[in-house]
Amino acid sequence: MLELKKAAFDYAGKEILTDMSVTLAPGTFHFLTGPSGSGKTTFLKLCYQDLIPSSGTLHIFGKDVRAMDRDDVASVRQRIGVVHQDCQFLDHLTMSENILLPLQVTGHEVASKLRDMQELMVWTGLSDQMELLPPVLSGGERQRAALARAVIMSPELIIADEPTGNLDWDMAQRMLTLLIELNKMGKTILIATHDMNLIRMAKNQVAARVLRIRQRHLELAGAEL
Amino acid sequence: MIGRFGAILTGDRQADRVVPPTGYTANLTAFTAAAMAFLSVFALALSLATDRLATRWSEELAQTATVRISAPDGQLSRQAEAVMRILDTTPGIRSARMMTNEEQLKLLEPWFGPDLPLDTLPIPRLIEVVESGDGPDMAGLRLRLAAEAPGAVLDDHSRWRKPLISAASRLRALGVFSILLILGSTAAMITLAAQSALAANAQVITVVRLIGARDAYIVRAFVRRFTLRALFGALFGTVLAMLSIYFLPSAADEGAFLTGLGFQGWHWVLPVVVPVIAAVLAFWATRIAAFRVLRRMA
Repeated sequence: MLELKKAAFDYAGKEILTDMSVTLAPGTFHFLTGPSGSGKTTFLKLCYQDLIPSSGTLHIFGKDVRAMDRDDVASVRQRIGVVHQDCQFLDHLTMSENILLPLQVTGHEVASKLRDMQELMVWTGLSDQMELLPPVLSGGERQRAALARAVIMSPELIIADEPTGNLDWDMAQRMLTLLIELNKMGKTILIATHDMNLIRMAKNQVAARVLRIRQRHLELAGAEL
Repeated sequence: MIGRFGAILTGDRQADRVVPPTGYTANLTAFTAAAMAFLSVFALALSLATDRLATRWSEELAQTATVRISAPDGQLSRQAEAVMRILDTTPGIRSARMMTNEEQLKLLEPWFGPDLPLDTLPIPRLIEVVESGDGPDMAGLRLRLAAEAPGAVLDDHSRWRKPLISAASRLRALGVFSILLILGSTAAMITLAAQSALAANAQVITVVRLIGARDAYIVRAFVRRFTLRALFGALFGTVLAMLSIYFLPSAADEGAFLTGLGFQGWHWVLPVVVPVIAAVLAFWATRIAAFRVLRRMA
């Protein structure tokens, strides 16, 4: 599904990530951890092609990212659901319109997914916020809505950047439960997080692999977690 | 192509909501299109009027000639009769008519007033000649006139017909050039407005691209807006210009050139093309600008 080989990423002549090799097989569950500023978000951006490696290779869904044109990139992104750290909503659209946006911009039938959207809103506890605009929602509500938008397309790969950062423990657990359920349905999950409790909780329920970025290198975290 | 325009007109209301309304650029685009359409219709009217003028001058003057006879009093009548005789027997001349004193007086009236004592002045006699077919052999006719009426001068109008037609043709070319300039300016202004709208919506574009929108989807949203604005703006400008031209003072005999500015017959259909051209221009200008901006943003 996603394969990095000796990939590196430089920005303005500075090496951010280097010599990364990892494979995310279909249906697997991964955490990505590391100190702040270690490059976790950069790594995720490489995974959904917001950035391209400076060297090495990256294959997503079997395609070399360097060989993709802009339409290919769009097609790949339609198969990936992303929960961004800053949520990335369109502030002039209501929450329900924002959640349905991936269907709309990719030409999918929106009407047939309305029930899914309503169920997601109920599950994320946002039923009363459906017609509100994003700026009036709290950070936690926005993050839950971002997850709903990420899964509305039923993507093969779900990438989440600190998805529980603004959530209380109860809601964080509920979010993790949904991600584990999605993983059991065959979805591949990649979550960047600082929350070791969340990782431990997940490892009790699913065979999660923990990747760690240390000194610009990606490594497999051991049993100490 | 027609399908694309059809899709633009029918539209997708939900897709339109993705890009927030940009009232400022919308009004500017519509105003620009209206103003440019107004000017285009006037330039078109000017072009057609000069075309008609050139054609009329060309036709009218090409079929006529004038013989002017200047001679001492005693010889004037004899030479005039000789000229009439020659003209009557020259092939290619339909008719020849000596102008009466009253007609000559009327010709001179604008310069000398109505009380000109024609009898006391050495005024040349004028003979109006109407040609037929390809007209007479002018060189041969001049030789015959020189032999039998030395005071006669044949003027086939070519001396001043050519510069007049040339001036009218240049005026027509200027009209066409003006229309091209107006269309070019319209395209440039719509391109700038589209670029401004795209820049203002950079965040929206970033978000929809992250969730899998293709460039074509984003471009379509902007193209639809600008095409419709240009179409309706130009429609308004065209209607306004056509009404203005329609209500210009009506043509009169003494109304020379300006009263002839306007459309005649089927030419009234031509301005209808202006809004369509404006819409096509807006479509392509926005499309090209949008794809360029998206490539740059990537």
